Amino acid sequence: MSSASTAPASTAAAPASALADVTASDASLRRYLHGLPGVDAVGLEARAATLATRSIKTTAKAYALDLAISMIDLTTLEGADTPGKVRSLCAKGANPDPSDRTTPQVAAICVYSDMAATAKQALAAGGGERIKVASVATAFPSGRAALSVKLADTREAVAAGADEIDMVIDRGAFLAGDYGKVFEEIQAVKDACRRPGGGEPAHLKVIFENGELSTYDNIRRASWLAMLAGADFIKTSTGKVAVNATLPGTLLMLEAVRDFRAATGTQIGVKPAGGIRTAKDAVRYLVVVNETAGPDWLHPDWFRFGASSLLNDLLMQRQKLHTGRYSGPDYVTVD
Amino acid sequence: MTDQIFEYAPAPESRAIVDIAPSYGLFIDGEFREAADGKVFKTVSPATEEVLSEVAQAGAGDVDDAVRAARTAFAPWSALPGAERAKYIFRIARVLQERARELAVLETLDNGKPIRETRDADLPLVAAHFFYYAGWADKLEHAGMGPAPRPLGVAGQIIPWNFPLLMLAWKIAPALATGNTVVLKPAETTPLSALFFADVCRQAGLPKGVVNIVTGDGATGAELVAHPGIDKVAFTGSTAVGKQIARTVAGTHKKLTLELGGKGANIVFDDAPVDQAVEGIVNGIYFNQGQVCCAGSRLLVQESVQEELLESLKRRLRTLRVGDPMDKNTDVGAINSAEQLARIRELADSGEAEGAERWSAPCELPGNGYWFAPTLFTGVSQAHRIAREEIFGPVLSVLTFRTPDEAVAKANNTPYGLSAGIWTEKGSRILSMANKLRAGVVWANTFNKFDPTSPFGGYKESGFGREGGRHGLEAYLDVR
Repeated sequence: MSSASTAPASTAAAPASALADVTASDASLRRYLHGLPGVDAVGLEARAATLATRSIKTTAKAYALDLAISMIDLTTLEGADTPGKVRSLCAKGANPDPSDRTTPQVAAICVYSDMAATAKQALAAGGGERIKVASVATAFPSGRAALSVKLADTREAVAAGADEIDMVIDRGAFLAGDYGKVFEEIQAVKDACRRPGGGEPAHLKVIFENGELSTYDNIRRASWLAMLAGADFIKTSTGKVAVNATLPGTLLMLEAVRDFRAATGTQIGVKPAGGIRTAKDAVRYLVVVNETAGPDWLHPDWFRFGASSLLNDLLMQRQKLHTGRYSGPDYVTVD
Repeated sequence: MTDQIFEYAPAPESRAIVDIAPSYGLFIDGEFREAADGKVFKTVSPATEEVLSEVAQAGAGDVDDAVRAARTAFAPWSALPGAERAKYIFRIARVLQERARELAVLETLDNGKPIRETRDADLPLVAAHFFYYAGWADKLEHAGMGPAPRPLGVAGQIIPWNFPLLMLAWKIAPALATGNTVVLKPAETTPLSALFFADVCRQAGLPKGVVNIVTGDGATGAELVAHPGIDKVAFTGSTAVGKQIARTVAGTHKKLTLELGGKGANIVFDDAPVDQAVEGIVNGIYFNQGQVCCAGSRLLVQESVQEELLESLKRRLRTLRVGDPMDKNTDVGAINSAEQLARIRELADSGEAEGAERWSAPCELPGNGYWFAPTLFTGVSQAHRIAREEIFGPVLSVLTFRTPDEAVAKANNTPYGLSAGIWTEKGSRILSMANKLRAGVVWANTFNKFDPTSPFGGYKESGFGREGGRHGLEAYLDVR
């Protein structure tokens, strides 16, 4: 990153330009990230805990449950994934509750890059045309591969029809203080999200793996680093390490996107992923969105849940709210 | 659905859990009884102005009876081994935990503070205080106050309306642990939780006369303070009344502790963790509608970050949920009384008249009850009344400073000295500031955090004596 002129001419140019000086050199980037306000861990966690006591009932709950369903990136990221498994997940995403057709569809199906094409076809065939296909890429989940491999991974996913790319950052480089390397990698992947034949580039979600970054100060720095490099979304975790999405970590990232919009005018989305399993948890996240970044982010374009088992709990709560009784796990589909 | 907004539906806590009787008597010698002259007064819910109950107004004779009952109970109570007294206090703590929901609802109804606070702050702290001092009861010889410290005798205790049950706990728990007996007068506007506490004492099997509750107004308090049969006066309340009490007990054998007003400075440096500092400012002055003696009612912000911080603070204040205290999502409830509301209004108006700029979070206030929107004043100077006088309401005065020395000078430039807060990421600055601030409590990167193990009390006109922690035992032991 010897000069700003090496930055790929991508859609990232807009947000970065307002803070162009910041990314002009490794040193300036480092100074900027370390000059961000610190995070007091006790205070942040206390705030998240207070917001978690909000009591969301009746009409508000109905709204929140439907909103949460519509924000899910329904995910399968297993070594054992097969086309059959992916197709069944797509069917579930397009029609989450066969007993109630008013249930909203999920936002996206999230798969490994080799399953992106399968997912795209299955959604097109099964009434899920509006559902996005999100593909993880860049040597997910560890991010330990040569840049050329990561870019190839990304391009193949885009070519297979992925609408969104969930990349992981190089945590090793970040923790070693090599912010320039992380910045350039994000920019390069962003560039690889463009479609060779033109058309809407794939949206880029940048995964930090908060559990490995470990401190809140690091999460704030990673957020700004990714936003400056052109991320469309910032995402907490891969779901593959011990600590995944947490409420305080997500609150902190929501503060970052709020402040970034105030500084640059560009709105960035947030995606907590991993470990959000219950409707109660999901509603807590929505409260945190509402009272931190604000209602502008209460939309699947700006907030997503990376989850798999969450959907069924939301559906059971939704059935309970509409019928007045609990149905049980046999009344939601297992996919 | 996307054009909908996330409007939290009402989530009212049920008041069915608490059964408020139409009238309450005085709790003297283990029994409830009417005032000798039959006088009563009404207690209302400040959020709705609904009359909750009628309460006996104790006269001189009633106070005398209560003090006599406490005197009679003192000899056997103080003769009990500490471990035996501890059993009663532990039992009280457990009963308080079991009845926490009921007492939280009661406190919210009588005081006007949000149920979220009574549920998550007041009641857990109340129980914690009794648990903590129960633990001291059999260890007093190790408290550093002599080999066999003796109790004082009968303690006359007067508490305010801002944290009725918590202030009761701060007073009664150390008094009982050290072997004293008590006559406690709750505030006129919030007598109910103390009367429910009397029932808790009965439930715990506390010997009669050890705790006596006399309800009434300032006249009852004056009778109690002047009564020759008490050995100790403990008062939490306004500085004006504190001074009167000090005059009354001057020259007597009575030991005195006073916990009075404050004008706490919350000092934010340019390297502060901004988002948490904003939370701390909000918690410092809008917690309990600002009706907190140690409130961070003066914000001292470093000039270089003033604009940015105020913008964040105003944005945050717009999200405060003001309204029905019984709603579990309410952040700011009702002002405790019409009288207090008038005082807040008068001082806020003086701020405007003296040239400070007033800003209030946009919010709809209910039609009935006593309400004041969270407010802040910018352009405040040290000369303004709102920078000098305790407002005791949700009103923040914002001042600026340029250097740490100026921050210290301004923070200390008040007759009070109860609390202060420091916000900076620099540890050495926290230590050097804390040494220079003339305040009983100095919080670093937090505010309004309470714990029974931590002593609390003031400098200068904020009073003397400490409550809480090992230091809190001294106020109830004969260590002169």
